[in-house]
Amino acid sequence: MGHTLTEKIIAAHLVQGEENVASSAEVWPGDLVEVAVDIVLANDITAPIAIREFETLGVERVFDRDRVVMVADHFAPNKDIKSAEQCLAMRQFARAQGLRHHFDVGRMGIEHVLLPEQGLVAPGDIVVGADSHTCTYGALGAFATGMGSTDIAVAMATGCVWLCVPETIRVVYHGRLRPWVGGKDLILYTIGHIGVSGALYKAIEFAGPVIDDLSMAGRFTMANMAIEAGGKAGLFAVDDRTLAYVDGRVSRPYHVYQADTDATYAQLIEIDVSQIEPQVALPHLPENVCPASQAGEVQIDQVVIGSCTNGRLEDLRVAAELLRGRRVHPDVRCIVIPGSQQVYLEALREGLIEAFIEAGAVVSTPTCGPCLGGHMGVLAAGERAVSTTNRNFRGRMGHPESEVYLAGPAVAAASAVAGHIASPEEVQQCN
Amino acid sequence: MQLTGRVWKYGDNVDTDVIIPARYLNVSTPEELARHCMEGIDPDFASAVQRGDIIVAGENFGCGSSREHAPLAIKESGIACVVAKSFARIFYRNAINIGLPILACAQAVEETEKGDQLTVDLRAGTITNLRTGRTYQTPPFPAFVMGIIQAGGLIPYTRERMANDQ
Ligand code: SF4
Repeated sequence: MGHTLTEKIIAAHLVQGEENVASSAEVWPGDLVEVAVDIVLANDITAPIAIREFETLGVERVFDRDRVVMVADHFAPNKDIKSAEQCLAMRQFARAQGLRHHFDVGRMGIEHVLLPEQGLVAPGDIVVGADSHTCTYGALGAFATGMGSTDIAVAMATGCVWLCVPETIRVVYHGRLRPWVGGKDLILYTIGHIGVSGALYKAIEFAGPVIDDLSMAGRFTMANMAIEAGGKAGLFAVDDRTLAYVDGRVSRPYHVYQADTDATYAQLIEIDVSQIEPQVALPHLPENVCPASQAGEVQIDQVVIGSCTNGRLEDLRVAAELLRGRRVHPDVRCIVIPGSQQVYLEALREGLIEAFIEAGAVVSTPTCGPCLGGHMGVLAAGERAVSTTNRNFRGRMGHPESEVYLAGPAVAAASAVAGHIASPEEVQQCN
Repeated sequence: MQLTGRVWKYGDNVDTDVIIPARYLNVSTPEELARHCMEGIDPDFASAVQRGDIIVAGENFGCGSSREHAPLAIKESGIACVVAKSFARIFYRNAINIGLPILACAQAVEETEKGDQLTVDLRAGTITNLRTGRTYQTPPFPAFVMGIIQAGGLIPYTRERMANDQ
């Protein structure tokens, strides 16, 4: 019997020794194993706690100063004194430890946009992060998952974590994508189909001809939201597109793993994309999905285009295509947040930033900001936002009585122009 | 590692909010947390629980938030072990990381009542009900998970291991 991609990657990272049940080079779902990790990640919210736990370990040094990554993105540039102190604690630790990859204001980006862009994650890696969207790196054919503070403290000290090998659900997409449909629409549709606990504890492997043709940005978006279906990880097989992406970015050696053709999957889901329209997830769960054209007359107050889900250059291009030459509706605040300094710069060079500002949108330095109701666009009671982020839980973007509608950049930009939830076609036809 | 204790029995989906209601999350010392342990489901628990007692519960024990407060409160209250039909993933990790032994065994749960005495052998993975005389077998923990539990959690376990390596 063969193995899934997840099982192959985990097996290759087993810590040798009597600790592991699976002392052979094979692992199966349900095995509890100890593995060596390639990258350990924390941010300005989670690092201070992990650092405290690290210190109680009595360890002097992190296991490898090239492999512990810290990013100030959630409340940075600091929004208040408390967040300034959190960033300071992280900065002091990073300096004391000589961490090579500590990203502060001016060089930072949203962690899950930044790490792949900077070549810090490679195919075949195991990445653990004190952030639930660490699963984003599955787009590179890595096994990446979010964990708690104790786990991350120990991973920083030892370079190892313990894991239960998950079962894998394989989702296969075929058919022809309709105009304006991208990775966000595919993953929203999928979560609508299987539910927010449809992949609980499991890894999801995304596959099929549609995925073969999907951009890396689209794959990052899909892997990012595996957690919104309860998944432990969301992975893509490595192909030429992946290799072209990592070429010139990743400077260390890595290994490409492939699922066996006779691998065992817990579930096989086939999705024909031909009928999928641009999607929107209604409040307050990512599974409340419907086509944007059928959302009804939903007036909105704010649009957010950015985040670790859709803050990449490709996303901004899609938004600019709809905003260029049009105006943001007078009743709407449209906030565009490039996912990293590099995305920002490229968007500037391509003229996207100009198009946003001319349309009446604001453009911010990279930050998580409004995605978690932190700053830069917090909602008041009764306000509604269309957002390209990943969670629309009650109160996620501000007041508990505000509402978040999740969508891809096309629907978000179209809605910004229309003043209500709109499909891109609707806005195009208005010309 | 053998434990014998008296059973507290609960149903399915005991979530982290009933284990430690959110209004107590502004306290973080284990002693304070323990004072409110299980308050959302069983207000008598915290005052009546005795060191060494065992919680027996249904499916999906510990679902909800990812916070480590829930297993901490249970451990500090004196509970020696939790036996459930199944556990929520993050609770499972957190419990082991803080050194709270947990075992999944549906049959043992079904055939156990409140007040029964159970003997749990963590190394062998067996649960014996002293009232019925029945013994149940669960897959034993791998050596390193056993090591974490014996050391009292992931941090002390790692500290010991790192000291031995030097
Ligand atoms: S953008 Fe949002 S989801 Fe992504 S890391 Fe930041 S807060 Fe989390």
